[in-house]
Amino acid sequence: MAKPTPLMEHLLRRAGFGMTPAERDKWSRYPYSLAVLALTSFNPEKTDIDQYIGTPGYVGITTRGSFQPNSVINDARQRWLFRMVHSPAPLQEKMAFFWHHHFATAQSKIAGILGSSADATRTMAAKPQSDPAGAKGQIELFREMALPKFRDLLVAVAKDVAMLYWLDGYLNRRGQPQENFGRELMELFTFGVENYIETDVYAAARVFTGWNLVSTGTRGTPQGYWAFNYNANQHDTGVKEFSFAIYPDGSHRIEARSAAQGMQDGIDLINALAIHPETARRLARRLWVWFVSETDAPDADFVNQIADTYLKSDTDMRVVVRAVLLSSHFTNPSRYYQRYSWPGEFVARAMKEVGHIGFSVDTAIPAMLNMGQQLFEPPDVNGWDLGPSWFTTGGMLARMNFASQLAQNQRFALRDAARSSAGTPESLVTFVTERLSLPQLSGGERGTLTDYVRAGGAWTASDAQILNKAGGLAHLLTGSGEYQFV
Amino acid sequence: MKVTRREFVRGGVTAFTVSFAAPAFLSELARAQGASRRNLVVLYLNGGNDALSTLVPYTDGFYYSRRPTQAILAGSVIQIGTDTAGNQLGLHPRLTGLKQIWDQGDLAIIQRTGYQNSSRSHFQGTDIWSTANTQNYTGTGWLGRYLDTLPSPVDPLAGWATTREVPRMLMGNRVSVPAIPIPVSNYAFQSPNGTGTEGTYSRTAMAQLASHLPPDRPHVSFVNGTMQAALNTLDKVGAVAAYKASVTYGNDGLSQALSAVAGAIYNQLGTKVFWVTTGGYDTHANQNANSANAGYSNLMGVLNNGVTTFYNDLRNQGLLQDTLIVQFSEFGRRISENGSTGTDHGAGGLMMAIGGAVNGQQLFGTAARLQPGHPTLENNSADVRFETDFRSVYARILDNWLGVDSVPILNGNFRNPALTFI
Repeated sequence: MAKPTPLMEHLLRRAGFGMTPAERDKWSRYPYSLAVLALTSFNPEKTDIDQYIGTPGYVGITTRGSFQPNSVINDARQRWLFRMVHSPAPLQEKMAFFWHHHFATAQSKIAGILGSSADATRTMAAKPQSDPAGAKGQIELFREMALPKFRDLLVAVAKDVAMLYWLDGYLNRRGQPQENFGRELMELFTFGVENYIETDVYAAARVFTGWNLVSTGTRGTPQGYWAFNYNANQHDTGVKEFSFAIYPDGSHRIEARSAAQGMQDGIDLINALAIHPETARRLARRLWVWFVSETDAPDADFVNQIADTYLKSDTDMRVVVRAVLLSSHFTNPSRYYQRYSWPGEFVARAMKEVGHIGFSVDTAIPAMLNMGQQLFEPPDVNGWDLGPSWFTTGGMLARMNFASQLAQNQRFALRDAARSSAGTPESLVTFVTERLSLPQLSGGERGTLTDYVRAGGAWTASDAQILNKAGGLAHLLTGSGEYQFV
Repeated sequence: MKVTRREFVRGGVTAFTVSFAAPAFLSELARAQGASRRNLVVLYLNGGNDALSTLVPYTDGFYYSRRPTQAILAGSVIQIGTDTAGNQLGLHPRLTGLKQIWDQGDLAIIQRTGYQNSSRSHFQGTDIWSTANTQNYTGTGWLGRYLDTLPSPVDPLAGWATTREVPRMLMGNRVSVPAIPIPVSNYAFQSPNGTGTEGTYSRTAMAQLASHLPPDRPHVSFVNGTMQAALNTLDKVGAVAAYKASVTYGNDGLSQALSAVAGAIYNQLGTKVFWVTTGGYDTHANQNANSANAGYSNLMGVLNNGVTTFYNDLRNQGLLQDTLIVQFSEFGRRISENGSTGTDHGAGGLMMAIGGAVNGQQLFGTAARLQPGHPTLENNSADVRFETDFRSVYARILDNWLGVDSVPILNGNFRNPALTFI
């Protein structure tokens, strides 16, 4: 098997979820720039691998009755984890994950509004091809628009059924403006809290009056669903004044226009926010944290360059992310392992690297909850607290214990794979270490691991010893502090 | 540039390494610091609690005219008398247990708590309440700074977050607080080869790996330090998982968290500050204030059941005198309802103090008068204006309960002699 370069491993940890042994072989044949091109050039219509769910040769799922990822939230979580492990376009899933954090929406609130967990799951996760009403869940939107023009994504999110429930836009009516979406659009989705004042929130709420929902199909049947509906009768047609420029001529006012034309208010505000220089810089900083480093603050040149690329490309995230991955800030070896892995990244990478045949992604779901990340359930609209914040004592224990569960499940496969490399404790440690992508271990760390292999009696490389210790090493290494970084 | 909580934590990574490098002899430390068994339970209502539905000004006509569908009906409130300005006030109808605690003299309510130019952002507002700083709210939390005053080395369980995250309020420069989410029975070490001899080898090796604190890679040291803290607290937390409460707690998250807190207090682990939170208070819509089993009523039901059960448990265990519960939220809500059967972000809110040592059955501060133009209002009379600076409540807790000087911790003298709730 060919061995990928450390730079290629870095790229696949950040722009993907790590590599299985087979993927290591594949990606080691790519020159770096071609790998970036390949990772960023996916066609969302051709990356579907869902037909392999539940088939041999892939990570397993756990069904309770039948597998219903469009309407049962736990199954939706399983489907997404399956895709993270096996997608041929890992950056598509990675960016969908990024947008899920950026536009953080939680299924449980929607379930409370609708009085139905199944319908709330549809708004978050339904795949249109297999939903009776063709419902497109928010995550499917993010997968379809994984590398979009950001301005287009903002408009799509403003019309998204889950978002309209999540931030109460479905109730936003003329004379009764609802501030929730307008505020978070500015504070969290675009330019940030320092760039607007309270009256902008009131104006933004009025801008989106009438951006509501309408029922489609027959309520109570599988065909019953919702669609975005611009309700002209409920739109506030008055002038909206902002503290920042809305139009290229510098005007701060959205002038009164007819109810029929009033949807343009929202488009104008979104466009103004999308191309605001502070939005460009905020996204550049977020991409630094997501792709480049959490141990160094965003580099000023990087932020300027990426913000510039964003604005010059008319908010094209494909161009922007490509520029990030090709930038020397990203490729510099000093950036390797400088990001605290998200729980979702940690479990997907562990399953790819340690092994996954005979393991169920379902095991990862309660484990991730204890690590502080439940898919489709960010803690609030600000998303998850990243970086060191993942590493509470409880969160760290949950990672160590997931490593234990996975290693226990995989220890027979590990024993068989390790058998020819298990002549000495040292060679067994080398085998397991190289199976994982890890920074160079110190002499002290290697000493701890070989002492562990020796503990319990003289090493004879018996099958029983290898079974215990190969699995044990996979647990120790995957649960170690070093492994928590990507 | 605004420093996020995450960036703040990162800044503290280097300092972290130092505190974890010190060996911790848990039981001795707990004794040394246990001269007082007093503890503080912080209860955060996440989302911005609508104080006007918790403590209802049921004789204010403008309360009803400005909330045609969302006012709590006067006939349903639990009347608790008048404040010093003569405003008649009543508890939300679901707060029946809190009324009993009130009658016991163990509940005090501080009205119109907040600060000048109240932030209407959840995140900024929470940061301000956490840091006790309305100008620069990106640093340590006020209770983290309190924990920093404890004699070194500090017991790793001096603070205890029952959540999956450690809140900024409990973040200090020196002391790190463990996050011990519910159920505490998950807080245990596992190995792929079971809990026998091989499991012991695994735990020994994991502890050795965690002892690796490379000074040139503080982020790795930080994570390893967290692992050490986890391994060092496992066995004591295990005792809490075995706690037999004197009453039956509900299955909701708040009740279960308070049950763990009671277990920690009962087992005398020496914890000074607990953090407990319950969510759902961002009631922009479907507040349904008058529906007996929906929206805000459910929130009050959860709050009432959790706090009352906890109170009764501590009372039965003879621990009520040691515990002070203080409740806060990041802001109150808009006075007029918003047309989505809800209320948007507002300003002044309320705080509660509960415990055996509380000078209860008292309303501190005065209620707002909701007539437009009244000086108790702000933001063109849209919101309730604060009266009591929230930091004066903190000051009272620090000075009179935790027994430390509030001035350096709060970076100023916020003492208010009228706030005699504790």
